[in-house]
Amino acid sequence: MSITIIRAGLFDSMQDQGRWGYGIWGINPGGVMDLCAAAAANMLVGNDRAQPVLEIHFPGPQILFNHPAIISITGADFSPTINEQPVPLWKPLLVQKNTLLQFPKLVSGAIAYFSVHGGFDIKPWLNSYSTNTRAMAGGLDGRCLRKGDEISFRVQNKFNCHLLQPDQFFKPLPWRTNLGQVYEFPHEMYIIKGNEWDCLTGTSQYDFLQDNFLIHPSSDRMGYMLKGQILQQTHAGEMVSSGVGFGTIQLLPGGQPIVLMADHQTAGGYPRLGHVISAHLPKLSQLRPSECIQFQLTDMDTAESLYAGLERDLHIMESACREQLNPYLSCPL
Amino acid sequence: MDKAHKIFPLGDAAACIQWGQTIEESTSRKIISVYRQLRESPFPGLKDLVPAYCSLSIYYDPLQVRKAQSKEGTIYDFVCCKLEDAIALSSDESEDSKQVFRVPVCYEPEYGPDLESICNMKRLEREEFIRIHTDSVYRVYMVGFLPGFTYLGTLDDRIRVQRKDQPVLVEAGSIGLAGYQTGIYPFSSPGGWQIIGRTPLRFFEPYAEVPVRLQMGDQVKFYPITGLEMREWKLQAETESAN
Repeated sequence: MSITIIRAGLFDSMQDQGRWGYGIWGINPGGVMDLCAAAAANMLVGNDRAQPVLEIHFPGPQILFNHPAIISITGADFSPTINEQPVPLWKPLLVQKNTLLQFPKLVSGAIAYFSVHGGFDIKPWLNSYSTNTRAMAGGLDGRCLRKGDEISFRVQNKFNCHLLQPDQFFKPLPWRTNLGQVYEFPHEMYIIKGNEWDCLTGTSQYDFLQDNFLIHPSSDRMGYMLKGQILQQTHAGEMVSSGVGFGTIQLLPGGQPIVLMADHQTAGGYPRLGHVISAHLPKLSQLRPSECIQFQLTDMDTAESLYAGLERDLHIMESACREQLNPYLSCPL
Repeated sequence: MDKAHKIFPLGDAAACIQWGQTIEESTSRKIISVYRQLRESPFPGLKDLVPAYCSLSIYYDPLQVRKAQSKEGTIYDFVCCKLEDAIALSSDESEDSKQVFRVPVCYEPEYGPDLESICNMKRLEREEFIRIHTDSVYRVYMVGFLPGFTYLGTLDDRIRVQRKDQPVLVEAGSIGLAGYQTGIYPFSSPGGWQIIGRTPLRFFEPYAEVPVRLQMGDQVKFYPITGLEMREWKLQAETESAN
């Protein structure tokens, strides 16, 4: 059971929920950028959330199915097609073998996730499937996917074959996930004040919360570089390097901020102005260069409640998806 | 000795304990001790720990913490209590490793492109510079930013230099200087440190049981090797990996 990469995309990497516990060696957690869309991709096909998914940036890859599969595509809309017929997002799909999945056009969002029932059969490194391209380890040989890569998937259950006619390339199953609320108000990011917030002058604190920041084209999985009014520090100089996280907003020496993303380094020496709350990281991940961001201060209570709400929705979705999928699966292999 | 600490949030899923803003061995020992305390008796939901020069960052899964939470208040407040407990239980001084790890360095221009300009600026002979750099026993204050990047301190005043304004591509094994620190690049990466030499040793082996060669609290001393020795080391390493 496998897929083959016919053409590689810009940055197709295997990711999971991150490699935690190795910060003392300088190994950053990495993992998916949009935790929600990645979780949904797995749940829709009946996988555990810890399974690796393929994270796709635009332009995406061309993927050939060597065998029939149950798949899902979530996150950004790159108008995916199978044998040139449009396929829906956020839904499980039964896919015929010898069909070609493509992502021809960017419609909305920045990152898509692709998951297959049973999960991709890759080796974990330090208890995680995430690709760490700098350490050249994890995921598929520590690198992005290349043309010709064949990736096996583990299949626990076969689906009933009569569900797909021989001339049918794919068939969407009749349910979808609804995570729309996660991506509402796409440009508004709640933040918790950072320890070095006071290194900004009063005027710059005001500007930081009023201004629209544009995402710079050089942004990637490590960080989103922002462009807005130049922010002034009360006193210059670097601090002693200290821990940072996914969502940490640092002030660079030129007076522009950067938001650290999933592939952030473990520690940094720039002032930490704030931290985007966990519940808003999925929508932040889905913004593209030249889109704008606005920051709004919030408190810990709100941040924690929003995250708990999001996890509750995912939890409900997970059990609902399992129940829906079960009747479509025939006896275990 | 017991410097006051401060705990602050790094968003809603991490916290940071900070002991001042200066680099001191006693602080570093305290951090190792709190790190070990949390490692040995983790609170539910603890995911990762990042020790640095004068801070320890703690990453957690808020929902796992919530399940174990007995008190009112935010998850973060509860984490702070757990961290205060760990600090109280930690010893003030952890034992440093007694063993000094010796690191061969080739200081020839081919491997240390910035050494000559530093010597000119500091009015030092090459040999004198090498003697100063190899004389000290350094402490590993932190491994981080890149997997396996080793931060060593503290550097002799006579050879302290500033970082470069623009990062350049640095080769794997390069030994750099930045302020009070000297460091080892585990693999080739853009970097702003002044490069004075290179070691043939590999400092990051992803598939080894312990992927990093040096850990926080280790002691390091450099010793000079010639260009010929450098090439022999490399050849040997290549043969080993080929087998």
